[in-house]
Amino acid sequence: MPLRMPELDADVLARRERIVATLRAIVPGEGVIAGEREMKPYETDGLTAYKQLPMVVVLPETTRQVSEVLAYCHSEGIRVVPRGAGTSLSGGALPLADGVLLGMAKFNRIREIDFDNRVAVVEPGVTNLGISTAVAHAGFYYAPDPSSQIACTIGGNIAENSGGVHCLKYGMTTNNVLGCEIVLMNGHVLRLGGKHLDAGGYDLLGIVTGSEGLLGVVTEVTVRILKKAEAARALLVGFPTSEDAGQCVSRIIGAGIIPGGMEMMDKPAIHAAEEFVHAGYPLDVEALLIVELDGPQAEVDHLIARVEAIANKCKAVSCKISQSEEERLLFWAGRKAAFPAVGRISPDYYCMDGTIPRARLPLVLHRMKELSGKYGLRVANVFHAGDGNLHPLILYDANKPGELEKAEEFGAEILKLCVEVGGVLTGEHGVGVEKRDLMPTMFSETDLDQQQRLKCAFDEKGLLNPGKVFPKLHRCAELGRMHISGGKLPFPDIPRF
Amino acid sequence: MTDMLKPRNVREVEEAVRWALGNEKALEVAGGGSKRRLGRPCQTDLTLDLSGLSGVTLYEPEELVLSARAGTPLAEIEKLLAEHDQELGFEPVDYGPVLGRARGEGTIGGVIAANLAGPRRIKAGAARDHFLGVTAVTGRGDTIKSGGRVVKNVTGYDVCKLLAGSWGTLAAMTDVTIKVLPRCETEATVVVAGLDDARAAQAMAAAMGSSCDVSAAAHLPDHVASSFDTLPKAEASTVLRLEGFAPSVAHRKEVLAAAMKPLGAVTIVDETSSRALWRAVREVKPFAADGGPARPLWRISTAPMNGSIIAAQITPAAQMFYDWAGGLIWVAMPFADEPDAASIRRAVAEAGGHATLIRAPAAVRASVDVFEPQESGVAAVSKRVKESFDPKGVLNPGRMWAGV
Repeated sequence: MPLRMPELDADVLARRERIVATLRAIVPGEGVIAGEREMKPYETDGLTAYKQLPMVVVLPETTRQVSEVLAYCHSEGIRVVPRGAGTSLSGGALPLADGVLLGMAKFNRIREIDFDNRVAVVEPGVTNLGISTAVAHAGFYYAPDPSSQIACTIGGNIAENSGGVHCLKYGMTTNNVLGCEIVLMNGHVLRLGGKHLDAGGYDLLGIVTGSEGLLGVVTEVTVRILKKAEAARALLVGFPTSEDAGQCVSRIIGAGIIPGGMEMMDKPAIHAAEEFVHAGYPLDVEALLIVELDGPQAEVDHLIARVEAIANKCKAVSCKISQSEEERLLFWAGRKAAFPAVGRISPDYYCMDGTIPRARLPLVLHRMKELSGKYGLRVANVFHAGDGNLHPLILYDANKPGELEKAEEFGAEILKLCVEVGGVLTGEHGVGVEKRDLMPTMFSETDLDQQQRLKCAFDEKGLLNPGKVFPKLHRCAELGRMHISGGKLPFPDIPRF
Repeated sequence: MTDMLKPRNVREVEEAVRWALGNEKALEVAGGGSKRRLGRPCQTDLTLDLSGLSGVTLYEPEELVLSARAGTPLAEIEKLLAEHDQELGFEPVDYGPVLGRARGEGTIGGVIAANLAGPRRIKAGAARDHFLGVTAVTGRGDTIKSGGRVVKNVTGYDVCKLLAGSWGTLAAMTDVTIKVLPRCETEATVVVAGLDDARAAQAMAAAMGSSCDVSAAAHLPDHVASSFDTLPKAEASTVLRLEGFAPSVAHRKEVLAAAMKPLGAVTIVDETSSRALWRAVREVKPFAADGGPARPLWRISTAPMNGSIIAAQITPAAQMFYDWAGGLIWVAMPFADEPDAASIRRAVAEAGGHATLIRAPAAVRASVDVFEPQESGVAAVSKRVKESFDPKGVLNPGRMWAGV
């Protein structure tokens, strides 16, 4: 599908040779890649439907280099797209033909582990799992665990405010990051937060987290690390309907229990996963729930029994409790392999990421079934049941003309449905280019204008990752204008004292 | 007394701000006014009193979500939650007693605007971490919304984070949606007696680094211990709270007590006394205003292990205690009118973190920085952020910093 990106800056493209030479002076050696073949790996991210070669790739190694590259691009009016590991599922790192692709992969060192203060200070190119691995010897870990955690970087996690299956209990990235060093588009280096809690002024760290690389480039991150729970056990519960499964989730939470993880799969997802990994999933149920309890052994054993009792009251037709660590991991194996499992039964699939109020799940599944009929495309669902984050996987064949477009249209209808029932367009994958043009279904023009004014506070020329998140780009000067009606008498209706 | 505008709905808030814009007036944004004595005294023409925007508009206990008009009294929300065995996970600190007012005043909007958090901050986060969605009127007179009613949401910038802790300087919030949590079935507190500040920090680090899931850790030095009447003895006490299901708390208190034994005499405080103890910590009881000339009160957030290092640089005549496993220090200076800002700022700048002057006479708050002075780059962005929401300085101008 043709994607409308900011109009090419012919003037910048005309200066390409000189720009590359200047960048080479800032980042010497192999840090600047300008050959078409060598730039190929950077042309797309996890959203492979869109591809675009950048003007040039730069791989800086120091904060100073990042600062100089950005300051140079700022003064020359050159656009910049930051990139971590390129696992974005929303096209957040899609390059611009007239832009610098700033790859942060070389920032891959762990700078400090401070167990007494329970923090780790790392460079943004360290992988999410890399942090947990680095602190595992002392029994610690980093809580947010997006399913791409082997590959995705903590810098990218900040850009997307990444979640994972343990969000309900342990929070998303924004709840687990304490500080960062960030370089603004004009080259200024800021330190936000540190090893302490909360901001002394405006929570700029909070606004940078989840800003999809539009506000600055992160060059160092301080995260909170947690002691691993003593024990974890899981229940695998099958239900005759998704309503029953949803009811069970509500009753668990209603009983004051916040499970470490709570995942739901629908029938197509169960079958695909079971055929792929043979996790022992029941095939005759409409909905499958994995509930994981973690904490001290005494607590886990106590809660397992309570959850089992709740499940049985909610018409569960099967209930297995993990008796060993191997069995617990097997329960998860099917869920974790759900995406590739669906990939086996269909040439292609399109992964969506809406969030809905949990109680609306049966309605949303029902409407999705109708849409599936309308578009003639199958859909499988996995659902972070605790927090309402829904991942419908739309099955299609890209080799059939028009089918990708159909899948995208189907996906857009699902997301509009999520918003309609009180949910949101994206729970953890980000807006990027993928959901950019759907933003007006959730936000008014006034809302979006104010968000863009915030961007202006960080990047007044709009050079950092333009074309992402916002459907319409405005100049900062235009956004700053005010129309004051003024002079009118104070509204007579408002009580005044 | 300043003139007051008391809008009854979002539309009227918008009209009020637009009127102020048109007439070049500055507004004091207030909910219940309970934190009026906190922050830089600002020059405003009128008060925008949001207490007329009141009432819970949505509460779904099983979805862990509650929406309310920003002016809803906190007490009303806490009562409603308690009826469903739920609570605000971030356990907001109650500034009433230290500011010479009653307990339990304040509105949910005020709690969020001040980004309050109590002892459970180290486990459950602050108001910012529970703030899911908002409708607010910016200083441009625009009504905007951000976020939603679901926990997992990355659609657009997380404007809620920015409004939390902005003290009404960016927008007047009219409706907020927050995440709520089940109230723990029971709790108990393990008390380690006789530790000095540095050893207490080590003990708290060990407790936080254990699998005992400690939900609050404070150190109450001997000069403040007598304020906490549910402590076993009025002596230096390092207190570690365990919350959860009864069998779990029973198990963990034994494990934690055993781990702490080599460090000092250990006592276990039962549920009732534990609740009272942490309520006293939550309202900063040792430094409650007593009617006399109030001693300046500082609140310092730093890395937990740096708490005692900062404390050592403050005059020994000051009184203080630690929350957040050592990372939050409440410091009451010895003399009224003398906050000794220079030495506090120096110590915090060296160790990292931020200090806020929570209590001082208006004249003092007008002459020294109340909020942590910012490094120039951060200050410049903060100023531009303020201007993006409130270019004419209509909302609480100067409440946080002069000129912002």
